[in-house]
Amino acid sequence: MRILQELLFIIAFGTAVYLFSTKVRQIRRNILLGRDEDLNDHPDLRWKNVLLLAFGQKKMFRNPLVAVLHFFVYAGFIIINLEILEIILDGILGKHRLFVPVLGGLYPILISAFEVLAVLVVLGCAIFLVRRNILKLRRFMSRDLNGWPRSDANYILITEIVLMLLFLTMNAADQQMQLRGSEHYIATGNFLVSGSLASIFNSMPDGTLIAIERTCWWLHILGILAFLNYLPYSKHLHIILAFPNAYYARLEPMGEMENMPAVQREVQLMLQPELAANEPAPEGMPKFGAKDVFDLSWKNLLDAYSCTECGRCSAACPANITGKALSPRKIMMDTRDRAEAVGRNINENGAFKDDGKTLLRDHITEEELRACTTCNACVQECPVSISPLDIIVQLRRHLVMEESSAPAEWTGMFSNIENNMAPWKFSMDDRDKWAEEMNQ
Amino acid sequence: MQIKTMATYAANGETPEILFWVGCAGSFDQRAQKITKAFATILEKTGVQFAILGKEESCTGDPARRAGNEFIFQMMAQNNIQLLNMYGVKKIVTACPHCFNILKNEYPALGGNYEVIHHTTFLQSLIDEGKIRMKEGGAFKGKKITYHDSCYLGRGNNIYEAPRKVLETLDAELVEMKRCRSKGLCCGAGGAQMFKEEEKGTTRINIERGREAVDTGASVIASNCPFCMTMLTDGVKETGKEDEVKVLDIAELIALHLE
Repeated sequence: MRILQELLFIIAFGTAVYLFSTKVRQIRRNILLGRDEDLNDHPDLRWKNVLLLAFGQKKMFRNPLVAVLHFFVYAGFIIINLEILEIILDGILGKHRLFVPVLGGLYPILISAFEVLAVLVVLGCAIFLVRRNILKLRRFMSRDLNGWPRSDANYILITEIVLMLLFLTMNAADQQMQLRGSEHYIATGNFLVSGSLASIFNSMPDGTLIAIERTCWWLHILGILAFLNYLPYSKHLHIILAFPNAYYARLEPMGEMENMPAVQREVQLMLQPELAANEPAPEGMPKFGAKDVFDLSWKNLLDAYSCTECGRCSAACPANITGKALSPRKIMMDTRDRAEAVGRNINENGAFKDDGKTLLRDHITEEELRACTTCNACVQECPVSISPLDIIVQLRRHLVMEESSAPAEWTGMFSNIENNMAPWKFSMDDRDKWAEEMNQ
Repeated sequence: MQIKTMATYAANGETPEILFWVGCAGSFDQRAQKITKAFATILEKTGVQFAILGKEESCTGDPARRAGNEFIFQMMAQNNIQLLNMYGVKKIVTACPHCFNILKNEYPALGGNYEVIHHTTFLQSLIDEGKIRMKEGGAFKGKKITYHDSCYLGRGNNIYEAPRKVLETLDAELVEMKRCRSKGLCCGAGGAQMFKEEEKGTTRINIERGREAVDTGASVIASNCPFCMTMLTDGVKETGKEDEVKVLDIAELIALHLE
């Protein structure tokens, strides 16, 4: 019987790990579809970002109350992994509470801490469910989230509550069995939360209690393994990708826009043709801006997979606030959707086969792109260092430079700059008129 | 008053302490010209030796780059850098956060390395050095001023305190809008929006921001950017409060109350 259980556990665990790693490899491949970008400078600053933004949740604290709740859920997740490690080892080795002899008196203290966290996670998730479904916060109600993204968020919260309740019930049954001096349920000392719940099981016979404890144990670990495989299909992936994304976050001032060396060189050759003689001919036609995920950088795609769909970006976006079609969150969700579609295409065809679709237009419209004021509010707000603006600008570059698609007013502005050295149609000679007036 | 150009200085074999980069709005826009004149007056009165490029100055290329037209940006930037390097410019002050940002952050990649200062930071240093002294019994005593953070100075370059410090010298009450500092709301002009109609929405960004500024009960909205100036002035007009609430650049506020 015990051997069978161990075997079943090893099969379940192995399958879960295999499926998860397959999907993770696909996501990694999808992210690397983006063009190369070197983001390895200043490792000290980058590790600082990981500590502050990912571990420290610094930006979450722009909204302190929610940050505290989120911190409970986050801390619960991080720390409970130690307990999960014990469960996995118990499962594989057919042991029960393997760490008790190792940790001794520390053991009940640790488990008690996990239990307190579990209660806080349940509390946090319950409040988050209320915020989403009863209080109906504006950013959770927007149409970006219609359909799967909205259910996804609810599934995650409900699953986390269920997993925590299973954990607490399991421990409560365990504590009751310990009180009864059962041989298999070794004495650990009192657990803070489940210890006080143990009396609920007073009247139950041993057999029922063992069944409850075992069922909760199995459901808890199978739930975790299932949840692990749910992650890559969900916005919940941010619990993993927030860390690399913080490491590779842009270090430049937000106002700084990325240079385009290809254009720089062309213009340089135009202005100083004498340089052209020494220049090697460029290989193939360079592409300007981005039309599809292949043209974006891998960091943009990592951003897309890291997006939690929390909508803080859109709630701060001046265009979104004033009812325009632009939603920075939607830009990120669209980019991820497109990367996933390309990934499925590759899975089916071995290599990407043109599907007649692109990120631009099939997902993101010109109207959305045109509404951006490049104010950086979305970048400022993102708790996991995503820049929707970077994607918007690259798509704008494609529209203007590859398709000559710009509103008539912009075309006029461009030619004014080119001909009059100012975005307005004024005579260059009048540029210092104000100074002449002052000099009189 | 004699405002000299870099060319004049160069002809005499001299280089001024700073270059005042006026920018297109500051040069051509009638309203923004007043900011330019106010700042030039302050520089003159505090004895800062400065020059302008005059007719030689060109657009930095900011609106073109933000709109996606990198070619025009590169043409402008490379020409400007050639000119600035030819004159041996070291230090630039500008009253436009867009010019400030692009000169400071984006020209270095193209070979243009200068110390670039926004006029609000420069004003603060003049105050700290005791070069700017305000009239006694300030005209703003008992009045409320609210300050609008421009995106390119605030979020773009993390400058939030210098402009506020300058305003503190006015002896007025500084009231903050709900959305201020890093949570500030854009005026609606950045990213080349200044040069086209807004997309369809429920309201215009500058109306939303104008309303928010007026709601503070301030009689002056202090700006640091010629584009914010235009947008906020229009936004205030929409509320019908243009007679009671004035939009003024920080340089204008200081120039008005110089001793």
